[in-house]
Amino acid sequence: MQKRLTRVAIAIVAVAALAGTTATANAGSAGIKGGLKIAIMPKAVNNGYFTAWAKGGTTACKEIGARCTYLGPTTATGAAQVQFINQIIQQHYNVLVISAADQNAIVPALNKAKAAGITIVTSDADVDASAAASRVTAVLPASSTRIGTAEVDWIAAATGGKGSIAILSAAATAANQNAWIAAMGPYLTSKYPNMSWVGGTVDKSVFYGNDDATTSTQQFDAILAQYPNVAGIISPTTVGVLAAAQEKKAKSLTVAITGLGLPSQMGPYITDGTVLKVGLWNPIDLGYVAVYAAAEAASGTFKGTVGSTFYAGNTKKTKKTYTVTAGGITYLGDPFTFDKSNIATFAAIY
Amino acid sequence: MKRISFNWDKGILVFLVLTTIVGSFITPYFANASNFSFVIQDIGEFMLMAIPMTFLIISGEIDLSIGSSLCLSSAALGYSFRHGIPFWLCIIIALLVGIACGLINGILVTKFGLQSLAVTIGTLALYRGLCFVLLGNQPVNQMPLSYTNLGSNSIPHTFLPYVTILIVIFGAIGWTTLHYTRLGRWTFAVGINVEAAKFSGIPVARLKLALFAMTGLMAGVAGIVYTFRFASASPDGATGYELSVIASVLFGGVSIAGGVGTMWGVLAAVLELGVIRSVLQLTNVSANTLLVVSGGLLLLSVAIPRAIELSRNRRKLVSLDSKS
Repeated sequence: MQKRLTRVAIAIVAVAALAGTTATANAGSAGIKGGLKIAIMPKAVNNGYFTAWAKGGTTACKEIGARCTYLGPTTATGAAQVQFINQIIQQHYNVLVISAADQNAIVPALNKAKAAGITIVTSDADVDASAAASRVTAVLPASSTRIGTAEVDWIAAATGGKGSIAILSAAATAANQNAWIAAMGPYLTSKYPNMSWVGGTVDKSVFYGNDDATTSTQQFDAILAQYPNVAGIISPTTVGVLAAAQEKKAKSLTVAITGLGLPSQMGPYITDGTVLKVGLWNPIDLGYVAVYAAAEAASGTFKGTVGSTFYAGNTKKTKKTYTVTAGGITYLGDPFTFDKSNIATFAAIY
Repeated sequence: MKRISFNWDKGILVFLVLTTIVGSFITPYFANASNFSFVIQDIGEFMLMAIPMTFLIISGEIDLSIGSSLCLSSAALGYSFRHGIPFWLCIIIALLVGIACGLINGILVTKFGLQSLAVTIGTLALYRGLCFVLLGNQPVNQMPLSYTNLGSNSIPHTFLPYVTILIVIFGAIGWTTLHYTRLGRWTFAVGINVEAAKFSGIPVARLKLALFAMTGLMAGVAGIVYTFRFASASPDGATGYELSVIASVLFGGVSIAGGVGTMWGVLAAVLELGVIRSVLQLTNVSANTLLVVSGGLLLLSVAIPRAIELSRNRRKLVSLDSKS
């Protein structure tokens, strides 16, 4: 899928270059307005995951003849992100594709942006359900349940389906992580009777690394100190799972590790066997699809109501239709698993 | 000594005017009502907290827990709202929690003779921890719009956000108190030489306790503004704000060693930091560069007055030499 996107992008750039400026105006697939001014805003810049996410968004922008800017704060807080939302209001953007750093704090700013005529699509991380009206749709990777249960399956594969496990999460307030963790609890109990949580229940088995490499390493060590018999650790965040893999390798530990990891970062640890499997969705696709959703909404061809559809891709072969589900959420599909068999391919991409 | 800080303050004001003029010319998005409204909203909490912090640093103390105090006030507001307490009462609770945060710092410093730097590093973590205890990992949202709209709307028929009223009131109180009252003179006296201040009959401990309590109160006020502006209360709110507040106070010409500073220097500095950020953002300067610029400005604000002081001392020495 990814290679195809890249190839398509290259082809588009080549065509656009040949055709000169006139191509930009009508490069957009039928129905999408040309020349839209689109802001792609991550929770924070300087993060490999969001760089990949923006890469997909930028590719889509080129396909539809839009002007794209990747901008956002250096710290992933709502307050910091609001300053950048204000900036795009001032600069009269048409479209905002945003990964919400805080599901509540950015809502008043988003409402102002909406009032200023900006079409908003959240992608990767949505706003609170009570504020669903502030955006057209949320383009999310996979349902929280499927992400949570998939991680339990991966850790079960690594521990042989037995032993007690812990979770090394991001911040205690991270809504994504909390939703996934909530799905892990009942699934582990019902599917893997020989497995358990180190703290008795899932809630008491979560440690918070705050998406900071040092804190994550400290919390990883804290898990092992507190529960020396821990069989496996799930880290549903790219920073945490990397820190865990590094620490496991440095100290030659036996605890199994899995979670959501960037293939480029986790590649060495999967290749040398430190980690059996990790998973993630493809952030490039996530950004790509979100830009299409937003551009179609800004062009008036997509409303975002439950059951309504939009498409992404600009050739017959790549074009794919997406349907809005309950809560105004559009899911990309299932989380994608990386292991020794495919890691090399994906490590080269993101 | 006094002339040096005066020069720096004047420099800030010139800088502020220059940035505004340059900003108006280099980007069409800067000089308009809606942007000024954004700038004021952006610096609101910092203005409110920089006022008491100016007193505190001039008196030779510091409060690193101010960001956590803000968050704890906001968390207390959210917590009491979640438990069905009338909203006006939640606001009073938030203010009381703010004062309590300041009082605890003040008592530890004045009654136990501990250093404020150490005490407030401790309470920085403690108050933040309490935010998580109160709210768990669930932020509070859906607060009454009649209140939260005050955080995002402007005063009718103007572009000024409601927080402007608080800034003007507290700015004026802070200014007159620092420069025209006995309390202000005491604050400087304590910062210049605490022993001399004690001997001259200034109730140093009571003064410092009051300053800490005032800082807590203003953190509470800022906490309410913050809660309204983001229409929510979250246990990780205002993380790192303490450093921004202290940085802007120092940028405003207040000496970290105490005894030196002006209120208008600080107010101009906070405004300048907001304006410069806005200009840079609107000219599409990246967030990474913004960090470098704000760090560089702070270094300059510490280095330039020092350089002036050194060159002046050298001149003084030279003139003494020629006299002898």
